[in-house]
Amino acid sequence: MKTLALPRQLPRTLPRNYLPVLVTGALFLAMFVAGGIRYEGFATGQIILNVFIDNAFLLVVAVGMTFVILTGGIDLSVGSVVALTTMISASLLPSTPSFLVILLVLAIGGTLGAAMGAIIHYFEIQPFIVTLAGMFLARGLCYTIGTDSIPITDPTFTSIAQTHIVLGPDLWISPSVLIAVAVVVLATYTLHYTRTGRNVYAVGGNEQSALLMGLPVARTKIVVYTISGLCSALGGLLLSFYMLSGYGLHAVGMELDAIAAVVIGGTLLTGGSGYLLGTVLGVLVLGLIQTVISFEGTLSSWWTKIVIGLLLLIFILLQRLIVTTGATRDR
Amino acid sequence: MKRLAWPLGMLAALLLVNLIFTDHFFQIEIKDGHLYGSLIDIFRFGAPLILVALGMTLVIATSGIDLSVGSVVAISGAMACLQITSLSSQDSIGGVLGAAGIALGLAVALGVGNGFLVAVIGIQPIIATLILMVAGRGLAQLISDGQIITVNSAPYKLIGGGYWLTLPFGIIIVAVVLALTAFFTRRLALGLLIESVGGNAEASRLSGIRSRGILIVVYAFCALCAGIAGLMISSNVSSADGNNAGLWIELDAILAVVIGGTSLAGGRFSLSGTVLGALIIQTLTTTIYSIGVPPETTLLFKALVVTIVCLLQSPAFRAKVFRNRRKPAPPAVSAEEKVTVAT
Repeated sequence: MKTLALPRQLPRTLPRNYLPVLVTGALFLAMFVAGGIRYEGFATGQIILNVFIDNAFLLVVAVGMTFVILTGGIDLSVGSVVALTTMISASLLPSTPSFLVILLVLAIGGTLGAAMGAIIHYFEIQPFIVTLAGMFLARGLCYTIGTDSIPITDPTFTSIAQTHIVLGPDLWISPSVLIAVAVVVLATYTLHYTRTGRNVYAVGGNEQSALLMGLPVARTKIVVYTISGLCSALGGLLLSFYMLSGYGLHAVGMELDAIAAVVIGGTLLTGGSGYLLGTVLGVLVLGLIQTVISFEGTLSSWWTKIVIGLLLLIFILLQRLIVTTGATRDR
Repeated sequence: MKRLAWPLGMLAALLLVNLIFTDHFFQIEIKDGHLYGSLIDIFRFGAPLILVALGMTLVIATSGIDLSVGSVVAISGAMACLQITSLSSQDSIGGVLGAAGIALGLAVALGVGNGFLVAVIGIQPIIATLILMVAGRGLAQLISDGQIITVNSAPYKLIGGGYWLTLPFGIIIVAVVLALTAFFTRRLALGLLIESVGGNAEASRLSGIRSRGILIVVYAFCALCAGIAGLMISSNVSSADGNNAGLWIELDAILAVVIGGTSLAGGRFSLSGTVLGALIIQTLTTTIYSIGVPPETTLLFKALVVTIVCLLQSPAFRAKVFRNRRKPAPPAVSAEEKVTVAT
């Protein structure tokens, strides 16, 4: 950003666009190895799988956020929509069949997202503000439903929560991980192999040009917020499986985790540049930092926050350092 | 001035609601040589938000954002209270000034750190300040050792809860900071340089503006404002709470800046708009309490008002909704509004 973008040639084997993602991946591996050396019983496959199990909902939410950020927007409402989903599920489940509840919350998430997208596009209000209002709205709806935590005892939900899918000796995942991986695969396909995906990149690159090229800018912008709303609702369902309760204070600040994951994965907040694989790595990095903290064990709650901040800082500094020495950052 | 018409109208509408629902809302009286009244309270309790929003305005004008202000509020309050408890006499004016100085110095140092990450390392502002937002809460609790520090110091109490020349002291601080900021940005070239960096940092650097220096100064100023706000908040309750002081104030501040007409894309800013925006938010909070909205629906109410304010401010919305009544705004107008130094 500060250096003059000189046309410097990179080795052919290292595509420049993939560099931030590759660096994130390499640093993730380095962190894993460092953890394995420092802590006993850290370097096992189950640790990685646990990161997936504990962060399946964040992964799904971050996938939706990636779509929005790629168009140059931002969605602050995701954490509140997650909380709203757990709250609606928990309050409706005793009297309603579980599949109806699942369909209903997905519909609510999608509608909320589409509404925000429509306001952002047609009334030209900044996404930050519209989704901030959406955040207040969804969180407010949670408190209107109830201010206490509601336990979920529905047999479908509890059975999903307790299922272990065994992958091998001492290796298992939860159904939520499967759902999250399916979402990632589907999203990658949409983003890279469909017209919608190309439109997302085009709108993020330059909205004006996209419009002049005759691309459906309005539809694309509304679609990405709808996707983000859907992903948040699905993330909320996964969190319901994980927590087995609905609570208005679930997922406070999750929007920042999701944005951090997307950006750590090398996506630019200005839009038009980034990959879903980066987002997956970003979520894994955040999850691994949590794991390191729990292995450290004796930290007080405030030292935990400081260490998380420091690890994030070191990670981002290293990433910047490698990316800027490897290539000049353009755009 | 025309840009401020809609925020002004919104503020007037909110005050009107209060006039209808609350008795004696506009009554201002002098008791024991102090001004009292609901309107004065809006200014008094809104003072920290106005300060934080002022700093945020300049950061946003450089097309950045500062998420760490809430943490800086907590850190500065904790630091000042910690220093005051270590004084031999908590009522010594010199000691309190020293404590405030140390707290503000720490805040500025943190702001310089933010500015360094953004300007020199080149990290996206939202992430650079997110780091301090997360770690800062921990830092504040570390300073106060996880406790709520209570102080009993008359000079310190003055900053957030005291009166001077019949006016609440907080209002005087805000007026001074606002006047200084307006002088430096609107009478000197600094404001122009900030807008230029916000428009295009690289182009500004090439045309001889020290973008990096300006970015660092702006982030330091934002943290300083947050630090002063932290002193006010902790002084008002005579204690420092590392966990909850200034929680989510960054969102309110950003909201105030945007309601005031500053674009998040950077390249231009309006100080008077920001003050209006902050007053709208504070009036809204006061209104919620005074007309008796149940606490569970406070957020819903806030969401509703924020949406209405933003919709009314949007030229596109007005053109689409009111086009039956009068001629739609010609496209040239909205295009002109969108053009910044960037394009």
